[in-house]
Order: sequence, then C-alpha cells, then structure tokens
Amino acid sequence: MKAIALKLCSVTGMKWGIPFVKLFSGEEVLEQLKEIWGTVGIPLIAIVTFLLIWHFGAKQIDTSLGQVPGPAMVWEQTKALWAEHVDERIKADEFYARQDARNAAKLAKNPNANIRVVDYTGKPTYIDQIFTSLKTVFMGFLIASLIALPIGIICGLSKKIMQALNPMIQVFKPVSPLAWLPIVTMIVSAVYVTNDGWLEKSFIISAITVSLCSLWATLINTALGVSSVNEDYINVAKVLQLSPTKKTFKIVLPATLPLIFTGLRISLGVGWMVLIAAEMLAQNPGLGKFVWDEFQNGSSQSLARIMVAVFTVGIIGFILDRIMVELQKLVSFDKKTIA
Amino acid sequence: MALLELHNVSKGFGEGKYRTEVLKNINLSMEEGEFLAIVGFTGSGKTTLIKMISGLLSPDEGEILFRGNPVTGTSHERGVVFQNYSLLPWFTVYENVALAVNERYPDWTKETKDIHTRKYIEMVNLTPALNKRPAELSGGMRQRVSVARALAMNPEMLLMDEPLSALDALTRGTLQQEIINIWTKDKRTALLITNDVDEGILMADRIIPLTTGPNATLGPEFRIDIERPRDKTELNDNEEYKKTRNDIIEYLMDMGAEVKTKKTTNYRLPELKPIMPGKTFRKRKEEDKLKYF
Ligand SMILES: Nc1ncnc2c1ncn2[C@@H]1O[C@H](COP(=O)(O)OP(=O)(O)O)[C@@H](O)[C@H]1O
Ligand SMILES: [Mg+2]
Repeated sequence: MKAIALKLCSVTGMKWGIPFVKLFSGEEVLEQLKEIWGTVGIPLIAIVTFLLIWHFGAKQIDTSLGQVPGPAMVWEQTKALWAEHVDERIKADEFYARQDARNAAKLAKNPNANIRVVDYTGKPTYIDQIFTSLKTVFMGFLIASLIALPIGIICGLSKKIMQALNPMIQVFKPVSPLAWLPIVTMIVSAVYVTNDGWLEKSFIISAITVSLCSLWATLINTALGVSSVNEDYINVAKVLQLSPTKKTFKIVLPATLPLIFTGLRISLGVGWMVLIAAEMLAQNPGLGKFVWDEFQNGSSQSLARIMVAVFTVGIIGFILDRIMVELQKLVSFDKKTIA
Repeated sequence: MALLELHNVSKGFGEGKYRTEVLKNINLSMEEGEFLAIVGFTGSGKTTLIKMISGLLSPDEGEILFRGNPVTGTSHERGVVFQNYSLLPWFTVYENVALAVNERYPDWTKETKDIHTRKYIEMVNLTPALNKRPAELSGGMRQRVSVARALAMNPEMLLMDEPLSALDALTRGTLQQEIINIWTKDKRTALLITNDVDEGILMADRIIPLTTGPNATLGPEFRIDIERPRDKTELNDNEEYKKTRNDIIEYLMDMGAEVKTKKTTNYRLPELKPIMPGKTFRKRKEEDKLKYF
C-alpha cells in the first residue's frame, strides 16, 4: 500500500506527496515534517503571496474591458466555463433523444420511412476546445517526429550529411511560429484544395506550423545521440559483424533512445507552447481561437476567461511533460540519468 | 604454420606534437591450441594489442597474419572478451548471447540457435540469470556473460583482455577455473591479457611480458611446463612455479625500476625550493589555473 502510494507520487511528479505518505506510516516524524515544510510549506507561502499580489495589483489597473480580473474572478470563470460545457452536453443529449424518438415514431408508422440522422451542431465548449488543441498538438508532434527521427538518425550516422544539413538546421531552428504561419497557410491553401476532406484546413495549418517549430529539438538530439554512441557498443557490433541495419536497430537506436526521448520531450513542450499562437492566427477551433475570440468580442469576463486559458495551457503542458518523462524511463536502459 | 603471427607491429595515437608511440616492433607467433598469457602494467598498450589482433584497429607498421592471411578487419574466427565486458545493457543475458549466435549461425533453425545459446549460458553457470539485464548482475556475472558470448561463436581463437582484473579474488579464482575447464575441453587457441602473474602461470602454457610504454614491446618468453590440471593451492609448493614466478616478477620489477629512475631524473624536486607557508599553496593554484583555463 505504502509502496504503491510512493510510486504514484513519483510517477505523477508530485514528489511532495512522498513525505506525507511516510508521515502517515509513522516513519521518522520530525524528519518528514521538515521535508513537508520544504516541499509544500514554502511553495504554498509563495503561491499565497502571488495570489495576494495579483489580487491587490489587479484592482489598481483599469482596462477598456474593465478592471483586471483577480484570482476570484478567474476561478468564477473557470466554474462558468465548466457549467457551459455541462449545459451544452445536456442540450446535445436532449437533441439526440428527441431525434431518436422522432425517428422511432416515423418507423413505427411506416417501416420504409426515410429517416434522417443529423449531428448536433452546438458551438464547441471550452472542454471541446482543449481536446481540439490536444489533437492538433499531437498531430503536429507526430509529423515532426516522422520527419525529425529519420533525418536525425541519418545525420548521426553520416558526418558528411550532418555537415551538409547543419547550416539549414541552425537557421530554421529559431524561427517563430508567427513567421511560418503565413507561408504554411499559403502553401496548404494551394495544395489542399478539396475542402470536403476529413481534416479542417485550419487544423492542418496549425499542426504543420507546430511541427515546423518543434521538430528541431528531436532532430538535433537524435543526431547527437546517434553520433556519440559508446565506442564499446560499436566495437561489439564490429566483432559480431552486424549488418548496418542490425547495427542501427540493435545497437545504435537502443543506445540513443534516452537522448531521442529527451529531444521528443523538448519537442512536445515547444509544440504545445507554439500551438496557441498558431491556432490564434489559423483560427483552428482550439484554445488559441478561444483566446482570440474572447479578446475580440471583449466582454467584462473576457480577460478572466483568457486567464483561465493561461492556467489550462500551463497545467496541460506540465502533464504532457510528465507523461514524456515516464515514457522515457520506460524505454531507457539506464533509469538513473533521467531527471 | 603458426596460427597467428605478428611481424614488427607498431602502433601509436595522435598526430604531431600529441603523438604517442604505444607499441613498437611487436613480434609474436602463436601455435594452434596454445594458451598464451601476456602480462604488463596498466597503460602499456595491452588493450591496443588485443584490438589490433581482433581487427578493431590496424597497425601503423608491420603486419598481422592469421592462418597466413593478413588481418584486415574483425572476423568470427577471433572472439573477443572485452576488458569492460561491453554487454549491451538493453538486452538480457540470453539476448546478449543470442545476438552473437544469430550472427554466427544465420542458417540454423530457431530451435538449434536456442539450444546453442542456452548451452553456453549454462556453461558459465548463468542459467538462473537468463532473463536479467546487465545492470542487475554482479561484475563476475557480467564477465561470465561476456565469456559465454565469445565462446558461443566458436571462434578458432579466443582473445581475452584482462577478463578478470575487475573481480574480487574469490570470484576471480572460480572464473579462472571455469575458463581453463572450457579451454581444456575443446582446446581452442587462447590469448589472455592480464596484469596478474599468478593468473598467467596458473592458466597459460607460455607467458610473455609487455614492457612499459611508450614504445612498449614484448619481452622474453617464459614457458610454464607445469602439468595440467594445475591446482592453485598445490602450485605454491611447486619448485618450477616458484622459480618461474620469481623470474617473471624480477623481470617486471627491473623494468618498473628502470622506468622509475628514468622518470625521477627529470622530475622537479619540490624539496629544492624554499618552502614558505601559504605562498607555495597560492603559487600552486595559479599554476593549475594556467593549465586548465
Ligand atoms: N584511441 C586512442 N587514442 C589515443 N590514445 C589511446 C587510444 N587508445 C589507447 N591510447 C593510449 O595508449 C596507451 C595504451 O592504452 P591501452 O592499450 O588501453 O593500455 P592497457 O590496456 O595496457 O592498460 C595509453 O597511454 C592510452 O592513453
Ligand atoms: Mg587495457
């Protein structure tokens, strides 16, 4: 039981839970209290201080949308957004129930009746928008990985190719998503003309922009990892006379996995960060569009809602990072090197 | 014809000012079925020698012949047990050995390969650890896997680079016996690198010391004509053993002394400088800084 609780704490990145678990199992009480003060007490004081400064600071500034919202207003809007979501779901359920009832009645009258089934078309709620953003970032991350991994491996294996590509990598790496977006928009609009497709154009544009910004970390880390595999392992490959393919898959890639995952982790982080900007401009129905729309039709609640989005982005980013760390631990042979 | 021949082999590393000549004019000949031990101090170039014979490195000068043909790269004919085990940490014991078996016998059926792999793991008494990863094994167990991996490829010649140096005395003794047993069974040619004279005498037919580097070369050979099986405890009373051991150690000590005197002559003796408390310390620090920054 205790072991499970401890494991849970470290997996979720909530290391501060560990002393609590130990405290309840009666392990060195004084030590644990000290530990709790350090890991929970001090941060808690910092957070409360932050909230207070925010609360009183916000009152000092009047914007065209009214006073800058304090923590209380943001919390209220969080609840409001959730309530809207629940409302919307209830409406949808009712809509489908009515539709089913109507169709059933029709069929009862005439078994050959022409029945219509339509999707509910309410506006996407905040939760829907979060999921759209997640879908977009994963799509972008997937594209980035599919490009960066093979190129990274090739760069790592061949010094010449690395030398050839390095200048371009260094130049494209620092480019902002805001610069990529117009280019991507024009190209996607020119190439992806069938608008009946199963993917929204705005979705594709956002995803590609995300990949353009996030693929570099994976590419560079993969190349670095592949080119710096421990010489001992390479010697084993030579003595066993492994074929190039076998050498790559049995020796080089496993040895490089920790670094590859470090790269993927950074990529996903960058992608998530960049996504909001991309969605704002591409009008992809995700968190970015939510922020943009709130900003545009500025009501008195808009700023508070945008702040909810800020916290949402931060918390989801943190969770994504933890997931990547756990995946990294899962595939790494040397579990000690991962922070 | 000798199985392995080295003619005037030399090897160095680096270029220009940073060049060190590690090995110089190495001449060696090994017969089939022979067990040869090379003893030498750390850093003298033993690993470099093994790497050249295995084909991982090529000599700068001279030639290495295996069955009369020049060695140009690695080959399944020469198996290597590396100094630092070099197991693949992402594979289990079984997978580490199986990888070698797969490469050596690609045409065998799955079952034959499996039986063969298990046989060699059993030979080094690691069947209980079959599915463990190297990180979960002790040093001795890792070295056993390394030996099993090399043996499973049935090489004509087994090259062992200080396979037992990192182990405690007890484990070392056991493994020495295991290696001898395996060698006695199918009389493969074996080249053992070691820094332990006793180990050499216990295991080998012939011991050749490697002089200290740079420009290390092979010294005179010492034949060990003690009858096998040799028993470690009985050896201590064996006159032949005592004599050979003394000869070799004397040779190594003389060589060590030679090196030491060579070194002290161009040493700056600290006693010659006046010692001033505090000052020397600061000066030292500045010198260090110059060196590192
Ligand atoms: N790849 C290399 N590059 C430069 N110097 C090397 C290299 N490999 C070995 N050396 C040098 O050669 C010398 C002998 O090394 P080594 O063969 O490992 O010695 P031993 O195995 O006897 O301890 C050492 O001084 C070492 O620094
Ligand atoms: Mg060595």
